[in-house]
Amino acid sequence: MKAPARTAPRKQPDASDTVICVRGLNNRFGEQLVHENLDLDVHRGEILGVVGGSGTGKSVLMRSIIGLQTPESGQVEVFGESMIGREDNDARDVRARWGVLFQGGALFSTLTVAENVQVPIREYFPHIEQTLMDEIAAYKVVMTGLPPDAGPKFPSELSGGMKKRAGLARSLALDPELLFLDEPTAGLDPIGAAAFDDLIKSLKETLGLTVFLITHDLDTLHAICDRVAVLADKHVVAVGTIPELLALDHPWIQEYFNGPRGRAAQEAADREAGSDPIENMKRRQAALESAGGDTAPEKVPDEGGGPEGHGGVTR
Amino acid sequence: MSAPADFDLADNGKTLRFTGSLTLARLGDLPQHLDDLEASPDKIDLASVERMDTVGAWLIHRLARDHDIPVDGANADQAHLLEQIAVADQPLENQAPPLHNFNRLLNQMGEATVRAGVTLIGLIGFFGAVLIDYFAVLRHPRRIRWNALVRQFEVVGVDALGIIGLMSFLIGVVIAQQGAIQLRQFGAEVFTINLVGRLTLRELGVLMTAIMVAGRSGSAFAAQLGSMKLAEEVDAMRTIGVSPMEALVLPRVTAAVWMMPMLAFYSAMVALVGGGLFCWFSLDIPPITFVSRIREVVPITDLWQGLLKAPVFGMIIAIAGCYQGMQVEGNAEAVGLRTTAAVVQSIFLVIVLDAFFAVFFASIGWI
Repeated sequence: MKAPARTAPRKQPDASDTVICVRGLNNRFGEQLVHENLDLDVHRGEILGVVGGSGTGKSVLMRSIIGLQTPESGQVEVFGESMIGREDNDARDVRARWGVLFQGGALFSTLTVAENVQVPIREYFPHIEQTLMDEIAAYKVVMTGLPPDAGPKFPSELSGGMKKRAGLARSLALDPELLFLDEPTAGLDPIGAAAFDDLIKSLKETLGLTVFLITHDLDTLHAICDRVAVLADKHVVAVGTIPELLALDHPWIQEYFNGPRGRAAQEAADREAGSDPIENMKRRQAALESAGGDTAPEKVPDEGGGPEGHGGVTR
Repeated sequence: MSAPADFDLADNGKTLRFTGSLTLARLGDLPQHLDDLEASPDKIDLASVERMDTVGAWLIHRLARDHDIPVDGANADQAHLLEQIAVADQPLENQAPPLHNFNRLLNQMGEATVRAGVTLIGLIGFFGAVLIDYFAVLRHPRRIRWNALVRQFEVVGVDALGIIGLMSFLIGVVIAQQGAIQLRQFGAEVFTINLVGRLTLRELGVLMTAIMVAGRSGSAFAAQLGSMKLAEEVDAMRTIGVSPMEALVLPRVTAAVWMMPMLAFYSAMVALVGGGLFCWFSLDIPPITFVSRIREVVPITDLWQGLLKAPVFGMIIAIAGCYQGMQVEGNAEAVGLRTTAAVVQSIFLVIVLDAFFAVFFASIGWI
């Protein structure tokens, strides 16, 4: 509608270092306007944290970018390709280059963890032989911090934290350049959350990942985010490093980062920065292992409802 | 796009030199070529590799591990990646070997048998628990939840009138029509009335109603209680001091037990209307003749049979639905499985019991 006219005079940033480019995005649910003229850039190789109060449309923004939600108007480009109105089996060259971790892990419940990890590989590289596929799944599972015996388990046998890790292993299956994470540390215990942060950071460093990270976790923001985008008043009110944001005179930003929780996270990050990162990582791993890891399933699967789907009596 | 991954042997086959980009997208058939490699090099050279991802790193790591040779020329990032991969390389404990086909068949049959037995015992146990709570509530009538009860009467009974009426009417028409075709061959079309009257009052009215109630209400009981269990509503009730048995299960069971005979009677009547209309229009038997003939040929015991079976069937449907609903655990998938199980079990048990009833009534002379 009005968006193209507005966006035309805007400066188009250099396509090579902008992975995600959102311009003039409008999203509406019925009468309620969620996004109004929202702009956002994500640069190659950075971890961009997206914060905002509940109901400010963080997840809707992510869904718009990855093409699950068709916006009312506006432009969304990922790797220079428009993602608006693309069919699910279209834009495969883009889909092969990103990985998405949904809040609950979104694992396919009829497949084991290892098979879940192999789904994207099978879809895009069907010629890869099964033994290599199994090996890839096995090391991805271990890399994301799951025990090696998690591979043959079904999602219903995993705890919430393990499901998240398994979901991460699947989103990393194709060694993507771009990773979307929707509240990856929500619901994890603090040790597990810190270990998750370590993992994302080390993956970003070794693989050159670009990460779009939605979070409420102030510790995560301080620990791993290069820049933070603040969603308020239906658009991105500010993007920058945390010190840059702190210099702004926006009441929500001030309250968010300078409230009691914000300050505590800041101090923790400062303490952490003064110590050896490798030591920290090892300490956390040791702590997780001493507690048996986050391996206990949330609920014991019932005797009838086996994961293969022939639970209950069907006579 | 960068060059595909490849390798060659330098220094008279002593050095395995990789080139191009060692990434999943550019891998091609490199893994097969590596497997076919016959030479035994002394080292791996990564100096000419443009890019490497974890899959490339895994291949290098596996090669270095299996041939026990060092890796040279990796830059800092590649070395770090190889290190991470090496940490992630943890042997899997041996899985139990998959069973032979015949053994697997036996295994599945055994599991299904055990599961069926467990379910049957569970159902009987649940039936007992319902009876105990029934007597407890009857001794303290103030604990009866009238609102829930009336609501269930409406949902199970009144709301089902439309669909059961339509179905029964059509069944009546079909029986009359099929019966007339066969009986015409003997010139005994008038016996169509016997067929419609006896069949609907004795068997079909109650059986079709039971199947309909199982599909409408049995499944709804399982799904409702199942989703309440998932959302921890049942647990919340318990902590407040409300017995889920009293608040949820008893009203549903009572409603099904009371509504089934009425629905079955209604179903039989509508089926008679359907059959009667067919006789009138197609066989020229006027309604007055139809009714008087029905009164002659259908013994009153046929009606008693239908009305005696109905509450038992209602009890079975409600017990199976509520039992399966209360067994839901874990995730939303379980609700679907349990709902299916509730419907299948209740229809199965209804038909089995119907057969027993037929034998029983025949042996006491209600033929």
